[in-house]
Amino acid sequence: MKKLLLAVLLLISSVAFAAPQYGGTLVFGRGGDSSTIDPAHATDGESFYASTAVYDNLVQFKYGTTEIEPALATSWDVSADGLEYIFHLRKGVKFHKTNYFKQDVELSADDVVFSLKRQFDPANPYNKVGGAYEYWSAMDMDNIVKDVVAVDKYTVKITLKKKEAPFIANMAMDFASIVSKAFADELLKKGKAEDLNRLAIGTGPFKLDKWIKDDRMIFSANEEYWDGKPYVKKLIFKVIPNNSVRAAELKTGAIHIMDFPNPEEVAELEANPKIKLVRQEGLNVGYLALNTEKKPFDDVRVRQAVNYAINKAEIVKAIYAGLGKVAKNPIPPTMWSYNDEVVDYDYNPEKAKALLKEAGLENGFETDLWAMPVPRPYNPNGRKVAEAMQADLAKVGIKAKIVSYDWSTYLNKTKMGEHQMCLLGWTGDNGDPDNFLYTLLSKAAAVKPAQNFAMWKDDEFTSLVEKAKVTTDVAQRTELYKKAQVVFKKEAPWVTIANSIVVAPMLAEINGFKLDPVGKRRFHKVWIAK
Amino acid sequence: MFSYIIKRLLWSVPTLFGVSLLVFFMVHLSPGDPAMTLLGDHASKEAVEKVREELGLNKPLYEQYITYIQKVLQGDLGNSIKTKQSVLQEFKERFPATVELAVVAMILAIIFGIGAGIISAIKRYSVFDYSAMFVALAGVSMPVFWLGLVLIYFFSVKLGILPVSGRLGYEFYVEDVTGFYLIDTLLANDIEAFWDALKHLIMPAIALGTIPMAIIARMTRASMIEVMKEDYIRTAKAKGCSHFSVVMIHALRNAMMPVITVIGLMLGTLFAGAILTETTFSWPGIGKWIVNAVYQRDFPIIQSATLIIATMFIAVNLIVDLLYALINPKIRLS
Repeated sequence: MKKLLLAVLLLISSVAFAAPQYGGTLVFGRGGDSSTIDPAHATDGESFYASTAVYDNLVQFKYGTTEIEPALATSWDVSADGLEYIFHLRKGVKFHKTNYFKQDVELSADDVVFSLKRQFDPANPYNKVGGAYEYWSAMDMDNIVKDVVAVDKYTVKITLKKKEAPFIANMAMDFASIVSKAFADELLKKGKAEDLNRLAIGTGPFKLDKWIKDDRMIFSANEEYWDGKPYVKKLIFKVIPNNSVRAAELKTGAIHIMDFPNPEEVAELEANPKIKLVRQEGLNVGYLALNTEKKPFDDVRVRQAVNYAINKAEIVKAIYAGLGKVAKNPIPPTMWSYNDEVVDYDYNPEKAKALLKEAGLENGFETDLWAMPVPRPYNPNGRKVAEAMQADLAKVGIKAKIVSYDWSTYLNKTKMGEHQMCLLGWTGDNGDPDNFLYTLLSKAAAVKPAQNFAMWKDDEFTSLVEKAKVTTDVAQRTELYKKAQVVFKKEAPWVTIANSIVVAPMLAEINGFKLDPVGKRRFHKVWIAK
Repeated sequence: MFSYIIKRLLWSVPTLFGVSLLVFFMVHLSPGDPAMTLLGDHASKEAVEKVREELGLNKPLYEQYITYIQKVLQGDLGNSIKTKQSVLQEFKERFPATVELAVVAMILAIIFGIGAGIISAIKRYSVFDYSAMFVALAGVSMPVFWLGLVLIYFFSVKLGILPVSGRLGYEFYVEDVTGFYLIDTLLANDIEAFWDALKHLIMPAIALGTIPMAIIARMTRASMIEVMKEDYIRTAKAKGCSHFSVVMIHALRNAMMPVITVIGLMLGTLFAGAILTETTFSWPGIGKWIVNAVYQRDFPIIQSATLIIATMFIAVNLIVDLLYALINPKIRLS
């Protein structure tokens, strides 16, 4: 018995403290191919997976979190007025050498200037290559960045048009990746500027060797990577569109890690001794917005009553099929400044009725309830969630009529505030709380066409998030956002429903893999036990 | 013969024109906006408008159509909205995969379909006939994705003898010469890779070939039964020809006419990409590409790919008609 115990202990310690091993080929099975490898032109997750492997940013998200840490810039200074950012570049960082680019080039300020300026400066030869820079516009960068200049070889100055603390988080996003100017120049000279969409020279942990469309991307380790060479020698992204087939590939060991399993297959995969699962809350929130401009939702007591009346735990259990977790705050728990001290409204129909009575609505009322027509990570089935809510609300005397439109009409109409209650959600862009709290709930966001679908105009909340937007100190910002979450809960413009849970099944011998809350897949620290 | 080909080619012009018109308006009038798919749910109205303008989607439809046709006539099939690459380039990258799969599937279907059809016809109402026709019926009615998953479950997950999906194992790498892996691996003199490519082909080819095989088998059987009743078969028998030569030479050649028509039509369809098979087996071909384009509202791909496929269809049909004359000299092309 003792021997057995000892053996078990030894086994556990050997697994727990095993040193990472180098070597091997890691195969990642995913649902779709990249549409481009140019990080500034990509707009979809699949494309970002690949560009993240090849490129670096000035700053980056700490692996597995939304915190910002130095990357190609070792440090940065912000001027007192918050309008000037000076980035000090890491010295001696080399761009990849591949079979399509053989020059030996060191990263310099010119590369940073090129990578950013091509997205907004009409004089840059790449400004018109490959169409519009959609992500740059989507993040409103035209109204944030004034200019980017090289101060010297290792120093870059970015001036802003307005004070914007989340700017630093934007610099960690894929569109702000640093591409090689020398490579872009060479392509331009050959008249093949468009090739930046399918070839990539970056400074990242992996080099792109070959891309066979709709089939696979083959990367090799960047042995000179500034943050230590990757553990695996080769990395392959294999496109396997059918979720069940992808799971079969994992079971046979033909791939090592799979993206997005079918929810109903997760339990079976988990039961397989050869497979383990990594789980994390996604950077998103699904909610029911209560239009505060329309009666009776202008009354806080009614909004609170609706919060008490809906059984969220049941909804998440039944409809999210294990891939969701009840949400209490408007930001997901993986985001910095998440306030865990906030107490959620429990499921309490009696309290709901009492509040309605207090508001003079003891006989209930009639309302509409808009249901999203499309599945989203934060709400897999808008119709079913709406039906469950309808049943819960009926129990306290609220008669809700379900309304739905096609997706673009739905968004356009809700942006104009035509609804009383509507289901919606948000997937974060840059991992900054501002991207949720200011974007979705501030007074500025309630101007139509609004992103603040509750049309909620609260002075206290808005002043907190506005202040946080122009404060660069992270500790101070955290305090402000925590307070804002308390105000939000009390005023109840939404019923927060759920954050999705992302699951990545992988072979048991895979170590060091983390799911990034910002939706990236990073393989630099992943190793295969032999 | 030559004038016949010219005439047929001229006839294809209005057909292609009609196809382009139909697809263009179907694509543009159905709901869904490429600018919005491109920018995602978060995009502001101005950003969407800007992209629409850049893509030329804000102009009146007829104007967009005329621009499109003008470009096509100059040989420019446009660029994908999503990847910005030329549609023709994207097509070329994926077409060999589709053709390789379609040809192998078709060869399987022809060998087994015609074989089973002949035996069923001459051994009518035998056990073989009943079982072959039952299998053929099952083959026609079986959903391809389901058959694919069943094959994967047995041969890959349970028995572990065939790879689950894809065209080639990740340990192999072949230089693209023809784009057909069976040929490229041999050119590279890499026998191991050749076997691997062949193994990858087996299940998708079976899944894709089942329906054509079933149709060919039933068609061959019916047609053979008809032909075997003809006078010239009796004559051949009376002449003292062997049973084998009666069936294979006198009967089969005459019975093949309708079968060839069907094969031709099916080959055209298979070249257009087998959407379900390609998706199930992660086969990087045309079918999957077009479906993705539809999801993403990638108008240029949908329009131009349809045009390319329509052209191929017309070409395959023409070849089949020419084959008729070769097989049956009684038919004169005029």
